[in-house]
Amino acid sequence: MRTMLDQLRRAGLDGVHAKLLAGQRLDFDDGMRLYRTPDLTAVGSLANLVRERRSGARTYFVRNLHVNYTNICNKFCKFCSFYAAPNSTDGKGYVLTPEEAAARVAQYAGEPIREIHMVAGINPKLPYRYYLDLLRAVKATRPDAQIKAFTMIELAQIARVAKRPLPEILPELKAAGLAACPGGGAEVFSDRVHEELFRAKLDNQGWFDVARAVHAAGIPTNATLLYGHIETQDEKVRHLLHIRELQDETGGFMCFVPLAFDPSNTELTHLPVTTGYANLREIAIARLLLDNFPHVKAFWIMITPAVAQMALWYGADDIDGTVSHYEITHALGTTSHRQVLSHEQLLDLITEIGREPVERDALYNVIEEPLGVRRKG
Amino acid sequence: MRFTDGSLATIEEKIVAGERLSFADGVRLFREANPLQLSAWANLVRRRLHPEDRVTYVVGRNINYTNVCWVQCKFCSFYRLPGADGGYVLPREEIFRKIQELLDLGGIEILIQGGLNPALRIDYFEETFRAIKARFPVHIHGLSPAEIIYLAKISNLSDRDCLVRLKAAGLDSIPGAGAEMLVDEVRDQIAPLKDSAAAWLNLMRTAHQLGIPSTVTMMYGSVETVEQRVEHLVKVRDLQDEAGGFRAFIPWSFQPQGTHLPSVKQASGFDYLRTVAISRLMLDNIRNIQASWLTQGPKIGQIALQYGVNDMGSTVIEENVVTAQGSVFMLPLHEIERLIKDAGFHPARRNTRYEILPG
Repeated sequence: MRTMLDQLRRAGLDGVHAKLLAGQRLDFDDGMRLYRTPDLTAVGSLANLVRERRSGARTYFVRNLHVNYTNICNKFCKFCSFYAAPNSTDGKGYVLTPEEAAARVAQYAGEPIREIHMVAGINPKLPYRYYLDLLRAVKATRPDAQIKAFTMIELAQIARVAKRPLPEILPELKAAGLAACPGGGAEVFSDRVHEELFRAKLDNQGWFDVARAVHAAGIPTNATLLYGHIETQDEKVRHLLHIRELQDETGGFMCFVPLAFDPSNTELTHLPVTTGYANLREIAIARLLLDNFPHVKAFWIMITPAVAQMALWYGADDIDGTVSHYEITHALGTTSHRQVLSHEQLLDLITEIGREPVERDALYNVIEEPLGVRRKG
Repeated sequence: MRFTDGSLATIEEKIVAGERLSFADGVRLFREANPLQLSAWANLVRRRLHPEDRVTYVVGRNINYTNVCWVQCKFCSFYRLPGADGGYVLPREEIFRKIQELLDLGGIEILIQGGLNPALRIDYFEETFRAIKARFPVHIHGLSPAEIIYLAKISNLSDRDCLVRLKAAGLDSIPGAGAEMLVDEVRDQIAPLKDSAAAWLNLMRTAHQLGIPSTVTMMYGSVETVEQRVEHLVKVRDLQDEAGGFRAFIPWSFQPQGTHLPSVKQASGFDYLRTVAISRLMLDNIRNIQASWLTQGPKIGQIALQYGVNDMGSTVIEENVVTAQGSVFMLPLHEIERLIKDAGFHPARRNTRYEILPG
């Protein structure tokens, strides 16, 4: 498209375009160039090139359910509004017993849930046995669904309370029902940001070591970037390149998920909410730099369904899911603050913008189902 | 929707060459163009008209002088029928207070709009406008065509005479509200008692001839077809060729909550962005396209800057009609400026004539 070529030239991105056409990998300078241009359409069109090369019009979604098994956490991250301190007496802290977690999952018995997403705080009182019991109880309740659970931070904690090396306990977690791990907790791989915002949390090297062990155990994971707080553009580019390097090494990442920081109720409430531009730009640049990632997700809960829909033309080929029971952050900039999209609404979002919905499970296996069953009413 | 990348080459050629798009082109854009194409083309046209990378806004407020109205539009949840509980006419002191509040905030424009209230005739508006102008250096952007047509009728005046008197009393410009869809088949369904498309256009023609400029809106996303949206755009463009008084085009989406059309789904962000972009491409004779972040929210409102929008409209200190239907996006001034800068543009304050204000 001639107009787009002109626009790429104006934005100084014709070199990046040439590299993409030649199948060459983008470097740090390219990443900075993509962040610096205000031309969102130019960046988006490049990301769309890569997206369509990988996934065509396909847009993956999952029928999923979130279980946040505890909010008690000893990490005190400044960007978090979810946690309760371990010894606080305000009554806000909770732990779901494995039975309670299973009961919550059982509420959705009639629904074709494929993925159960379980993440939580770092609660020092929970023993190793708790995690195994939690997985077993949930898996026993929904053997047809896959459990995607525990960020790298939680896994480091589980190994600590198990008092055994991670590679030793991973097969046990897997046997108890762990199918995949989410990508949260990566935040930004920058010592400066780590020191300022999440000092108590596993450090950057630690995150990589855990991810490496998890991939070696044959458990695929996602990766994330928390943006929209104090991070700089070059820290974001470095973050993406680090992750790309690890993916070259292990091949264990399925999907990259840019996470938009929500300042409400955190220690950083003075920061503004991320803009629609920022939401689309992060997705597009991730798609462009992470050439070895199969998927990039638009997480609609954080960026609103409207922006997530647009993101399907700015690099995203995954729109997460119907997300029952999400508690950690709330969508901003929407009137309704609804935490659930119905299956129909999700399909409408995808098809209205000319994309093809593909239902997946937690491991990106395609769920084959006749269309007539999918689209009732 | 089928997106057929490549087959729109002839339309792209026209856009690049600055040629006018046809009705059929508009329909094809709705049916076939993908978001990135629309964005790139709308950017091109917008840059041609506004090469300075500037996004303007005006500091203004709405004053809804009455909510009494007998027209019963199905998409409205603001009105009260004459005689019904909850109906009001703002006392003059209240109007003055609101204007003073605006001036204290550095504002310059009031948007005066209300309902079709049989108790208010030409003398009410003449007196009100004169009283405002005698006290405040404020621009009166007021009375939609429906209000003026009705006012003329109950005051036994022609539309022209009514406009002449309103102008003499201080009316500076007319908001483009109530255009809805300028297609009678649609109006008959959503607002059967409202004036016809021709009556709306005639009133605007007369106003423009008298030197009263206006904006023009389009309320899409109710019961209309894509063809009817394009028909609306073409009618607006035709009148602009003839009378030339439209300063800006403002598309906004029908808000179904709380209205009598509950089965209609809320139009999506994508539908808004493509409608904005296609408006930018079709309306080659209207300089400004205004964002409706009031209905779209700040995120999509900002992304619209890549889809042909060059103006963020009024900062809107108060709005009662859309908010009665559930959209509650209010943006403080510094937030509007942040959104504009974040998108790589320079924010600039303007007046109602779209002239940039110093400072």
